[in-house]
Amino acid sequence: MAKPGNSNKKSLDPAVNQMLEKARKENIQTVWDRYEVMLPQCGFGDTGLCCRHCLQGPCRIDPFGDGPKTGICGATADVMVARGLDRAIAAGTAAHSGHAKHLAHTLMKMSLDKTRDYQIKDEVKLKAVSTRMGIPVDGRLAKDIAKDLAQAALADFHEKETPVMWAATVVPEKRVAVLKKHGLVPKGIDHEISEIMHRTLYGVDADPVNLLLAGLRCGVADLAGCYMGTDLADILFGTPSPVTSEANLGTLKKDWVNIALHGHNPVLSDILVSVAREKQGMAISKGAKGFNLVGICCTGNEIMMRHGIPSCTHSVSQETAILTGAVDLMVVDYQCIMPSVATVAQCMGTQVLTTMDLCKITGADHMNFAEEEAVLKAEEILAMAAGNFAKRKGKPVEIPEVKTPVVAGFSVEAIVAALSKLDEKEPLKPVVDHLKAGNIRGVCLYAGCNNVKVPQDENFVIMARKMLKENVLILATGCGAGALMRHGLMDPANVNACCGDGIKAVLTAIGEANGLGGPLPPVLHMGSCVDNSRAVALTVALANYLGVDTSSLPVVASAAEAVSEKAVSIGAYAVAAGLPTHVGVMLPVMGSPLVVDVLTKTVKDLTGGYFIVDLDPESAADKLLAAIDERRKGLGL
Amino acid sequence: MDQVKEIFLRKNRCMGCHSCELACAVAHSASKNMYEAMGEVPLPKNRVYVEAVSENLPIPVLCRHCEDAPCMHACIAGAIRRMEDHSLFTDADKCIGCWTCVMVCPYGVIGRHLDAQKAYRCDRCPDLEEPACVSACPTKALVYQSVTTFSKDKRRHAAEELSRGEGK
Repeated sequence: MAKPGNSNKKSLDPAVNQMLEKARKENIQTVWDRYEVMLPQCGFGDTGLCCRHCLQGPCRIDPFGDGPKTGICGATADVMVARGLDRAIAAGTAAHSGHAKHLAHTLMKMSLDKTRDYQIKDEVKLKAVSTRMGIPVDGRLAKDIAKDLAQAALADFHEKETPVMWAATVVPEKRVAVLKKHGLVPKGIDHEISEIMHRTLYGVDADPVNLLLAGLRCGVADLAGCYMGTDLADILFGTPSPVTSEANLGTLKKDWVNIALHGHNPVLSDILVSVAREKQGMAISKGAKGFNLVGICCTGNEIMMRHGIPSCTHSVSQETAILTGAVDLMVVDYQCIMPSVATVAQCMGTQVLTTMDLCKITGADHMNFAEEEAVLKAEEILAMAAGNFAKRKGKPVEIPEVKTPVVAGFSVEAIVAALSKLDEKEPLKPVVDHLKAGNIRGVCLYAGCNNVKVPQDENFVIMARKMLKENVLILATGCGAGALMRHGLMDPANVNACCGDGIKAVLTAIGEANGLGGPLPPVLHMGSCVDNSRAVALTVALANYLGVDTSSLPVVASAAEAVSEKAVSIGAYAVAAGLPTHVGVMLPVMGSPLVVDVLTKTVKDLTGGYFIVDLDPESAADKLLAAIDERRKGLGL
Repeated sequence: MDQVKEIFLRKNRCMGCHSCELACAVAHSASKNMYEAMGEVPLPKNRVYVEAVSENLPIPVLCRHCEDAPCMHACIAGAIRRMEDHSLFTDADKCIGCWTCVMVCPYGVIGRHLDAQKAYRCDRCPDLEEPACVSACPTKALVYQSVTTFSKDKRRHAAEELSRGEGK
């Protein structure tokens, strides 16, 4: 359902609007056209009052008339809605942890010498994570430690003697106690996903509160999957440190072999980046100036964070990259890849290459990627793209001249390193001092996607601008980061215009202490969507420094334009971690007043966190600011 | 002058999703917003009803706004009158809740508002460009057309069938 007062714009991004005009002229359908055709959307699905979990169904509950008040099995609206939400959380958890499991297998193959194409890029992090997991590190070869760590990672997926270690060891002890008290400690990541599928089956759990608690526990398992994904990627590909780059469609270059890397996992894309740097000759021999790699969605975030690869576009506007006609090859791994990219690619004569067995798309070509021969596969991909360039050369392209400077790469390690220039012994002290002094009113993480139901980037930009003026330190991940970077909010030059005096002073002090000659950018890019774990890690570090639980801190989160079930599971773990968590599109829960009440109120008594569902970015920002102030008060600030 | 439009059903298109019922209730709510309407007291009522003739034959039924309307003739309070747009209107102030209209309606589409003790029915959403049920129908089973247009479409379809020698 359209929200009141929506502007008619499809996107706030001029580059996207230029490409949509081109699509209109050439009669090419995009996600916005398909959305129009889909309207009106089914109210039963919209409110969670539709169930297809058994073959007696489909069932729907009539919220108004004299129609059914329960499903055929007797499931009430509350049960139906809670079951549906649980399955979304399980799906999101499966995706994040599937990504992490892929990295664990890669780490294992590397440690067993089954592939020579991967190395340990960050041995310090390998040892730090292994120590956290109780794996001995002293006097051992990195490879041997890595093997044990990969084993520990894979062991976290099933039920075992210990709980999920990537959850239990990453939050403060006080938080572990809270989670234990309410039965929210996951036993195994896959176990929790599987148990959700079991309990939401026909004729199993019919207690909405019990269902929601299981959903929250699965959310904690999702935190583990995300955290593991970040840890293992940093070990294999390096922990990000500040890096300059650019964002938007203007990063495509007419005379270069443009390769758009789309999806989520660095396991192929990171290799492609390094091989492309060595093999520029392959592009030059085809008459190009070289390879120009650009990112889309979180694959883009991964390679921007580690290598400064520019980000072409994000999320809902992914088709516009192809509409330029300048992309020679779109290489995708998995998650958030709209099948329509293959259709738009056919219209534009662009090649789309799927690379993972679990993500093939009709109309795209497929090459099965294997870590055992990663470099070889990367070379094949580069040759394919260069060949496509030779065919494209001289043909007209339309690349919007829109791009913004970006400073990215803010891992927790990078932030702590930057802060240590202010206080070497206690790097977090300056942040806490500024928090106490009110220069930092609070911290807000923007995460998640762009939803076609919201004019692209509008919620993110309105909310972030408002909160920056109110001296909130803004972190961003995923396509939330993509939204904010494309509107200049990761450009240090915009600090003066965007930030309140307090946060401006903080960003400037850190920037100058690190020899940047100016401030850090207004918004700190923490990485891809699994890297929401970095925001949790920063929150936990602050909590530990202050000796309080995460739920006491003035830290909030927002998935202002969420799409994916991954955003739902991230929201679940943000709430389990005790954070007020805003969602800027409607979750399919409105059919159950009880579920709405639990998610937005009652759960606060259990974890301290709660959902704020508000479709209006102005009032949503006000609510998050109020939540920050409530917590400041709680801390006596 | 534009011909009066009616809500017609193209019955082989109905999937039985009940979206028309939801949209109808929302259109007759105080807030006009689905999420808010679900919490209103009293709950808004839908005036279109999807009935199942058999397991897989759903048929939406609603007031036909009959030209020679039995309900209007039978209403002892004179509460039912014909509006300028030819639709029938039940004046809640005059309605005494005797349910005579319910008794004589050949379609069974006049509802009883339990809280207000008044009869209610389809009003073809006078404030909307087309009735909410029609806009909400994902398969366009419900259409808002004049008798002339609807019949013309039907004749054209029949003619096509005949031309192929497949007329039923």
